[in-house]
Amino acid sequence: MMKRWLPSPLLSLCLLLMWLLLNQTIEPAHLLLGAVLGIVAPVLARPLQPQGYPRISRPFVLFRLLWLSLIEIVRSCFNVSRIILFRRTEGVNSQFIHIPLDLRDPYGLALLSCLINSTPGTVWVEIVPETHELLLHVFDLHDEQWWIDTIKSHYEQPIIEVFEQPRHSEREKTT
Amino acid sequence: MSIAETLPVWAALPVAFLLVLGGLISLIGALGLLRLGNFYQRIHGPAITVTLGAGCILIASMIYFTATQSRLVIHELLISVFVLMTAPVVAMMIMRAAVYRDLRKEHLADEEKTGTDGAATDA
Repeated sequence: MMKRWLPSPLLSLCLLLMWLLLNQTIEPAHLLLGAVLGIVAPVLARPLQPQGYPRISRPFVLFRLLWLSLIEIVRSCFNVSRIILFRRTEGVNSQFIHIPLDLRDPYGLALLSCLINSTPGTVWVEIVPETHELLLHVFDLHDEQWWIDTIKSHYEQPIIEVFEQPRHSEREKTT
Repeated sequence: MSIAETLPVWAALPVAFLLVLGGLISLIGALGLLRLGNFYQRIHGPAITVTLGAGCILIASMIYFTATQSRLVIHELLISVFVLMTAPVVAMMIMRAAVYRDLRKEHLADEEKTGTDGAATDA
C-alpha cells in the first residue's frame, strides 16, 4: 500500500521542498499543494522509469560524497583557472584516459557522471560497452594512475555503497 | 538604488566580495574559451563558470535579498540544483558529439585514402 502510493518518499519530499522554495512560503495551503504534487508526480511518472526508483541505502555516505565532491569542485576550479591564466596552452597535457569501472547500477553511473562533469578539468565521454571502461578526458594530465585511483576510491566506492548495497552484501555472502 | 544604500555593512561586504569573485571566475572561464587551443581543452573552460562562478553569484544574491527583505530568501538554491543537474549532461552530449565527429572524419579520410589507392592500382 505504502509502496503503491508513495514509491519514492525521498523524491516526494524533494518535490514538496521544491514547491515551497518556488513559492517562498510555508503557508498551509502551499504545504497541501506541494504534498499533492509530491504524491501525484512520482506515481504518474513511474511508467517512465523502467528500472524503478533508485533505492538509497546509506544517506550518510551519500552526503559525505557530495560534500567531498563540493570541496574537490572548488579545488579544481582554482587549478583550472590557474592553468588558463598563467600557463602556455601548448604545455597543457590534455588526454583521454581509460578507467575500468565496477559500478553497474544506472542511477549510480548517472550520479558518477554528474559529479565528474561538474568537477572542472574532467569530462566524461562514454563507457566502452565491451570492457565497461570509462573514457574520461582530463584537462591537464600528470599521472594517469593517480586519476584512476582517485576516481575509483573517492567516487566509485561510495556510490557502490549507496546504490548497490543489497546486491553487494548478497555477493559477499555467496563468496 | 535606494534599497542598496540601506544594506548593512555586514551584508554589503560579503555580497560585494562574492559578486566580484563570481564575476572574475566567469571571466576566467570565458578567457579559457578564447585562449585554449583545441575543442577538447575548450570544453573545460565553462565548467568553472557553471560551478564556482554561478555559485558565488547565487550565494551573494541569497545574502543580499535576505538582508534587504529581512526574511530568509533561499530559492536561489533551486537555480544551483538545476544548473548542477543539467550542465554536466550538456557537457557530456557536446563531448560525445565532438568525439563522434572526429571519428567520422577519420573514417571518411581513411575511406578516401583507400579509395584513391584502389583507383591508382586499377590504373
